Amino acid sequence: MTTLPNATDKKLGLVIDLDTCVGCHACVISCKGWNTENYGAPLSDQDPYGANPSGTFLNRVHSYEVQPAQGEAQLIHFPKSCLHCEDAPCVTVCPTGASYKRVEDGIVLVNESDCIGCGLCAWACPYGAREMDAEEKVMKKCTLCVDRIYNDNLPEVDRVPSCVRTCPAGARHFGDLGDPDSAVSKLVAERGGVDLMPEQGTKPVNKYLPPRPKDALPEFDVLAPFLEPVVEEPKGFLGWLDKALEKI
Amino acid sequence: MHPAPSVIFFSVFSGLGFGLLVWLGLGIPAVTGWSAFAFFAIAYLLAVGGLISSTFHLGHPERALKAFTQWRSSWLSREAWCAVAALVLTGFYGLGLVFLDTRWTILGLLGALFSIGTVFTTSMIYGQLKTVPRWNMPLTPANFLSLSLAGGALLAGQVSEAMVLILIAGIIQAVTWLLGDKRLAASGTDMASATRLGDIGTVRAFEPPHTGTNYLLREFVHVIGRKHSAKLRLISIGLMAVLPVVLLLLPFHHIIAVVAVLAHVAGVLIARWLFFAEAEHVVGLYYGKR
Repeated sequence: MTTLPNATDKKLGLVIDLDTCVGCHACVISCKGWNTENYGAPLSDQDPYGANPSGTFLNRVHSYEVQPAQGEAQLIHFPKSCLHCEDAPCVTVCPTGASYKRVEDGIVLVNESDCIGCGLCAWACPYGAREMDAEEKVMKKCTLCVDRIYNDNLPEVDRVPSCVRTCPAGARHFGDLGDPDSAVSKLVAERGGVDLMPEQGTKPVNKYLPPRPKDALPEFDVLAPFLEPVVEEPKGFLGWLDKALEKI
Repeated sequence: MHPAPSVIFFSVFSGLGFGLLVWLGLGIPAVTGWSAFAFFAIAYLLAVGGLISSTFHLGHPERALKAFTQWRSSWLSREAWCAVAALVLTGFYGLGLVFLDTRWTILGLLGALFSIGTVFTTSMIYGQLKTVPRWNMPLTPANFLSLSLAGGALLAGQVSEAMVLILIAGIIQAVTWLLGDKRLAASGTDMASATRLGDIGTVRAFEPPHTGTNYLLREFVHVIGRKHSAKLRLISIGLMAVLPVVLLLLPFHHIIAVVAVLAHVAGVLIARWLFFAEAEHVVGLYYGKR
C-alpha cells in the first residue's frame, strides 16, 4: 500500500557528521559491495572499464566549497543517500504499491517484483536518493541495510548499515531518531542537526550535523607587524625595468 | 527533465484523442453510422496509441496491470483507471452510434467525464511534483486540459468552438511559460537549502560524486533545450494557436482544416518538449546545476 503510515513505531535512520567526514568514499564502496551481493537486484555498472563508465549507487558523496563572507573557503564533503522521510513523496506516487514505508521502523523500501520501472518515485524525490538500475530496470534505493540490522547471523557489531560500519572517520551514526533518548537523537540535539531541503515538506528522518565553526588562524609571528618591509620600491636594474615596462 | 519522446508523444496524442472523445461523448458532432466510425477510430487511435507509447518508457511493462492498485494515493494509478473507464464507456457508446444508430446519452456523458478525467490525472502526475517547481502549479492541469479540449474541438470539426478554445489554450500556454520561469526561485529551494551550508557562506559544487555521469543527471538535469527556449516558444505558439486560428478564419476547405490540425499538433509537440526540457528538478542543485 502506497499510502503512508500515520506513525511508525521507530524512526530508524542515519546521522551524518559533516564536520568529521573526510570524503574518502569508503561508505560509497561498501554500500555498493553489500547491496550488490545481498538483498534485491545487484547494483549494475554500464561500461565500467570503458570510456563512459556509469552505474547505480545508493549513496554518493558530493564535495562543496563554502566561501564565508570573511576568511578562508571551506571544503565540505557531503554523503547523500535515502533520508527515509516521514512524509515520503516517493511512496505515495507509486502506482503499483512497490514503494512502501514500514510501520515497524519507518524504513522506505521497494518491492522489486512489483516495480514497473516507471521512474515516477525518482521524480518525486528531491534528494536524488532513488536510481533506476539500467540492467534490472527496477528502482534501487538505500534499504538502511535491512538485511544487516536485524541479521542474527552477523556479529552484533556488524548489525548496522554497511556505510556506518565502514566509515573510518566515525562520521556516520545509525539509530532510532524517534526515541529522544537514543544516542543519535542526543547527538542531533547537541550538535544542532538539520533537515535537508526542509521547505520540500518531506520531514526527513536522516539528519545532518553542520560543520563546527573553524578556529581563527593565529598570526604566524607575533613580531611580524614590527618588522620593516624588505623592499617597498624596486631599485637599480629592477627599478629601471619596472619603469621601462610601465612606459610601453 | 529529460524529454523522453515516448512520454511526449503519449501526453500529446492521448490528450488529443481523449479531447476528441469528450466532444463525441457530448454528442458534438451528432454523428452516427460510418461517419461516427471514422471519428471514433481517430479518437481511439490517438488515445490508445498514446497509451501504448507510454508503456515504452516502463522498465517492466509486463507488470503494468499492478498500476491499477494504488488509486488511493497515486495519480498515475488514477490515470490508469480513468483511461480504461473512458475507453470502455466511449467504446460501448460508439458501438451504439455506429452499429445501432442509437445514442446512449448517459453513457456518452460518463465517457466524456472520464476522458477529461484522464487528461486531468495525466496533468496531475506532473503538477503534484514539488521537486519540479515549474510544474507544481494549477496552471499545469489548466494547460493540459485547455490544449486537450481545443485539439479535440479541432478534430471534431467544430470550427467556431475550436477557434475560441485554441485562443484560450494559447493564452494559458503563454502564461504557463511566463509564470513557470519564476517558480524555481519562488520555491525557496536552492543550494543553500539543499546542503544547509548556506549559514557558513556561499556554496559552490566543488566536486561531483563521480567522474562519469549517472541516472540522476541523465534523467533530471537536461540543459540543452533552454538555449533556444525563447525561439521555440514563439514557433510553438505560432503553430499551436496563431496559424490554426488564421486558417480557420479562411473559407472552409478540408485541406485547410488538415493543415490547421497538423500545425496545431506540431505546436503542441514543441510545447510539450519544452515542458520537459525546461523543467528544473531540484536534485540538480546538489550538482550545482539547474
